[in-house]
Amino acid sequence: MGHMTIDGRHVEFSDEKNVLTVIRNAGIDIPTLCYVSELSTYGSCRLCIVEDDRGKTFASCSEKPRDGMVIYTNTPRLMRYRKLILELLLAAHERDCTTCVVSGSCHLLELAQRLCVDDVRFKNTREPQPIDRSSAAIIRNPNKCILCGDCVRMCSDIQGINAIDFAYRGTDALVTPAFNKTINETACVGCGQCRVVCPTGAITVRNDVMPVMEALADRNAIVVAQIAPAVRLALGDKFGLPKGTNVMGMIVNVMHRLGFDEVYDTTYGADLTVLEESKEFLERLSSGSGLPLFTSCCPAWVKHCETKYPELAQHISTCRSPMGMFSAVIQEYYKNPEKNEGKRLVNIAVMPCTAKKEEIRRPESKNKGVQNVDYVLTTEELASMIERSGIVFDKVDIESADVPFGIGSGSGMIFGVTGGVTEAVMRRLNQGHDRTAMADIKESGVRGMEGIKEFTYRYNGRDLSFAVVSGLANADKVMEEIKSGEASYDFVEVMACPRGCIMGGGQPAKSGPRTRTARYKSIYETDINTQIKKSDENPMVTMLYEGLLKGKTHELLHRNFEEAQREREAAEQ
Amino acid sequence: MRLENRTQLDMLREDCVRRRNAETRRILVCGGTGCLAGGSQQIFEKMKELTAAYCGNHDIQVEFGEEIAHTGVKKSGCHGFCEMGPLVRIEPFNYLYLKTNLEDCEEIFQTSVLAGKPVERLMYKQDDKVYQTEEEIPFYARQTRLVLKNCGHIDAEHIEEALAVGDYQSFEKALFEMPPEEVIRIISDSNLRGRGGAGFPTGRKWTQVAGQKEKTRYVVCNGDEGDPGAFMDRSVMEGDPHRMIEGMMIAAYAVQAKEGYIYVRAEYPLAVKRLEIAIEQAEHLGLLGDNILGTDFSFHLHINRGAGAFVCGEGSALTASIEGKRGMPRVKPPRTVEQGLFGKPTVLNNVETYANVPMIIKNGADWYKSIGLATSPGTKAFALTGNVNNTGLIEVPMGITLREIIYDIGGGIKDGKKFKAVQIGGPSGGCLTEDDLDCSMDFDSLKKIGAMIGSGGLVVMDDSTCMVEVARFFMNFTQRESCGKCVPCREGTKRMLEIMERIVHGEGQMSDLDELRELADMIENTALCGLGKGAPKPVISALNGFGDEFREHIEEKRCRTHVCQDLLTYKINPDKCKGCSKCARNCPADAITGELKHPYVIDAMKCLKCGACMEGCPFGAIYQE
Repeated sequence: MGHMTIDGRHVEFSDEKNVLTVIRNAGIDIPTLCYVSELSTYGSCRLCIVEDDRGKTFASCSEKPRDGMVIYTNTPRLMRYRKLILELLLAAHERDCTTCVVSGSCHLLELAQRLCVDDVRFKNTREPQPIDRSSAAIIRNPNKCILCGDCVRMCSDIQGINAIDFAYRGTDALVTPAFNKTINETACVGCGQCRVVCPTGAITVRNDVMPVMEALADRNAIVVAQIAPAVRLALGDKFGLPKGTNVMGMIVNVMHRLGFDEVYDTTYGADLTVLEESKEFLERLSSGSGLPLFTSCCPAWVKHCETKYPELAQHISTCRSPMGMFSAVIQEYYKNPEKNEGKRLVNIAVMPCTAKKEEIRRPESKNKGVQNVDYVLTTEELASMIERSGIVFDKVDIESADVPFGIGSGSGMIFGVTGGVTEAVMRRLNQGHDRTAMADIKESGVRGMEGIKEFTYRYNGRDLSFAVVSGLANADKVMEEIKSGEASYDFVEVMACPRGCIMGGGQPAKSGPRTRTARYKSIYETDINTQIKKSDENPMVTMLYEGLLKGKTHELLHRNFEEAQREREAAEQ
Repeated sequence: MRLENRTQLDMLREDCVRRRNAETRRILVCGGTGCLAGGSQQIFEKMKELTAAYCGNHDIQVEFGEEIAHTGVKKSGCHGFCEMGPLVRIEPFNYLYLKTNLEDCEEIFQTSVLAGKPVERLMYKQDDKVYQTEEEIPFYARQTRLVLKNCGHIDAEHIEEALAVGDYQSFEKALFEMPPEEVIRIISDSNLRGRGGAGFPTGRKWTQVAGQKEKTRYVVCNGDEGDPGAFMDRSVMEGDPHRMIEGMMIAAYAVQAKEGYIYVRAEYPLAVKRLEIAIEQAEHLGLLGDNILGTDFSFHLHINRGAGAFVCGEGSALTASIEGKRGMPRVKPPRTVEQGLFGKPTVLNNVETYANVPMIIKNGADWYKSIGLATSPGTKAFALTGNVNNTGLIEVPMGITLREIIYDIGGGIKDGKKFKAVQIGGPSGGCLTEDDLDCSMDFDSLKKIGAMIGSGGLVVMDDSTCMVEVARFFMNFTQRESCGKCVPCREGTKRMLEIMERIVHGEGQMSDLDELRELADMIENTALCGLGKGAPKPVISALNGFGDEFREHIEEKRCRTHVCQDLLTYKINPDKCKGCSKCARNCPADAITGELKHPYVIDAMKCLKCGACMEGCPFGAIYQE
């Protein structure tokens, strides 16, 4: 506790971790390019520099607030320094701003305009670097990198992957995978969080909009899309709607207008997952082997676990992800000539996730060697499609998703947030349907935005032990405890992105704590507003089990390990 | 043999002293890097041969119990007078032979070792006077060699030699007679300031580490001496490694650390080797390891080799490098004393600082404060290089003037030229001009005039030096050595270098000087670490002290020292030219034309400034302007 004087005004502070936070809380948006509050303080951009009453300058991100401090944030001198720093950055940056993917959302450009950089006196003499397009999820263009290190720290601090780091010195410095490998040769899981924090267009999402547009124009194709829960809470951001607004109805409408034949709800797929995963959980519980059960919804987590903890990979549920189950069902459904009208099916998934772009290429995701999902579009890409079409998004009407796969339960909806899968499984296990039962589950400890949540829940006369994790570095902590025997769980949910899919790598970037909270609230509100709370009570799901899925649950809803085996053997030969 | 208690150490030391005293003649061949490069290894081998031939095989190894009078042949550490190497010293006469050749060995042996007479032709001469002993030579006579006292006088590869001259006495005293707080109090009282550059009070640093809640602490020695032209720390590590190790042990005892790391740059293979030998021998005697001399104090020492990044001399980059991470400075706080190596409280001092510690413990704080200045007590080692007559390693009391160093110790400017400037404090320092010659050399006085002691590099420049080019050289160094983390240093130094290159190539504009100052101001005030903050200093101090030269380069496209090749024009003096046409034939660019037997002319536009014409002219008719 204490007070300081910022630009002549008295400001109180309590336990803020640095002067920068105090300044921002005082209503001054001091510029930064390398400060992300969740990551360790790096101090490379020097834009947050302030001056004290003796004219000493220091970076506010790395200074602790002290009682009685007197600082100035906007003196002409500081303005000069900041402007020059930005000029230097721009000089070494590939400035194709007019055609850059992130043009509208580029943080560097925004600051350059804010700080009135009106001239760049220096030539760009950086050696041009090749663009790395090796990943299915992201594209890295080192020529636009300003070396702020946000991606590096995201990949290490939060995700524990360390796929990229700095190499070389001085102006030769680069952010790159070790030994100049391409990103697909690293342990990168495709989570896309690096791209979320990148202030420029140096890391962007691989864009699959064009082939989808081609398919939409193809008269011989029937184009079907599924929309993941988290997408509907974030798309509105791009069109100026209040943060967290659920725009599912508008998405369905606009996608129909864009030419999609059917628009389905992945929440339905999530309901299938709840049933399959609960079944598997109960089986493992009764046999006592294969515990803890790890969730398999998040492809980034699945890949991380397989790469780093191969000895524990058999704990991962055999279930496909909701998208995976659902797309296999859709594929099967449209095999019926009555449904496909003699056209080829193009199966699209709109996801908050970049790793899904990798997931669909995995052999386990395929059936008979064929991809179930043709293209994954991220929320960002859908927004770009809408922008390109000229349809004024906030003016469109609401439509409901198409039958028969347009209805999902509240359990399916909450898959989009950390703890959602677990809560849905708990609802499935619980025989009760009433509000008290739901409230019990809600209060069990499953909810909250913390990175690691541990709790027990009583089922069938025994206390089941759960861990709900988001962020892969957090997952590493839990995994190490499991390996060492320090902790034992029955069920472990892991989502690679901190706070779950609502903050996925394919969601609109530049989203801070307010966005987080809004999406978090909104997802549970949607659950409250859904009449069906439990997956097993979704009538369309029950229908499917009695119809199309008969005898095919294993083939369509679980990962295809035979296919993976075949591909591995083929690769070895 | 492991020493189990204090008595055994004392007995061993007495043995070593007796053994050393039994050497009636000592031949010390300098084994420092400079002299080794000059061939001192062969001289050492030859001396061994001669000793064996004339005196029986009583050389090098100090074997216990053998106390018969004999001749010792030692490969010593650096004497500091590197300009004059290879050096050979004959004790007890203290004759110092300079620029010794293999062929001189026999004569030295016959005359000095056997007959005790000097070989005057190999001795230092100045103004027709012959200086027989090391102690008389003005280069040494004006120095106060405390830290470097044993450098050059003992065999650095044998701990017994170090014990014989008193190493580990202070550690012994601290360990058995002082509580850790007392050790810290003495160091604090002595006002010893860090020799690494910033001059932070060592005692305060130790106090802060000792006061941390975290009980795992580290002691780290910064031996990553990276300044161009600096080799003070190298000489200590090569010449008297045990003194530095003893300093680290005292520090470890004071802050109760159990592990220590010495970070040495890989370019110092000899220092690494000598340290390895020293640590191994100290471990063998139980001076390092668990339960040292039977007490509960344990200390283990490790060596880390730096891969040659200048920035790793910065504290947080150094600790990151030891941890196996990329050597980049991090933001502070937390400071190294709070969270240093492996996130634990860490005492990080440089080689020379540690080497000061034992004598302070031995002689007390008051004795130490009686040397040098009250605010900057003690001595400072400098690497004196550049255009002075005597270059080498010197140690002088703080507060000495630059004039005394250059003229009394350095013997004045080479070839009778005029003094122009001194670059002090390496690439983050500045240049001192004639006006600063009487400035006191201590932390605070230098800071006042915008310079710093830094680690102690002194590059003396005469009036044939182009200050613009020197500034460009240092800018080039810092730019290349920038780690690339913070924008001001990474991008700013690059742009400053570009401008400096433009100027020395004759493409500068007067507005470039404003741009230089604009960039320098921003970099100095915003860079993340000391390397960045200090990077513009050489340029700005050159600009302040020698603005005229910058202006000449830009406006007149002229370099008064003829150093900047692009600004030179080659001309033919028509009075001297005989019209032989040789220059025209030598010219690769067909820039020279003329008629035979008439003066030729050079077309400045075509001229490549290769100098082939001037070199080949038999009449000396071609000159540079």
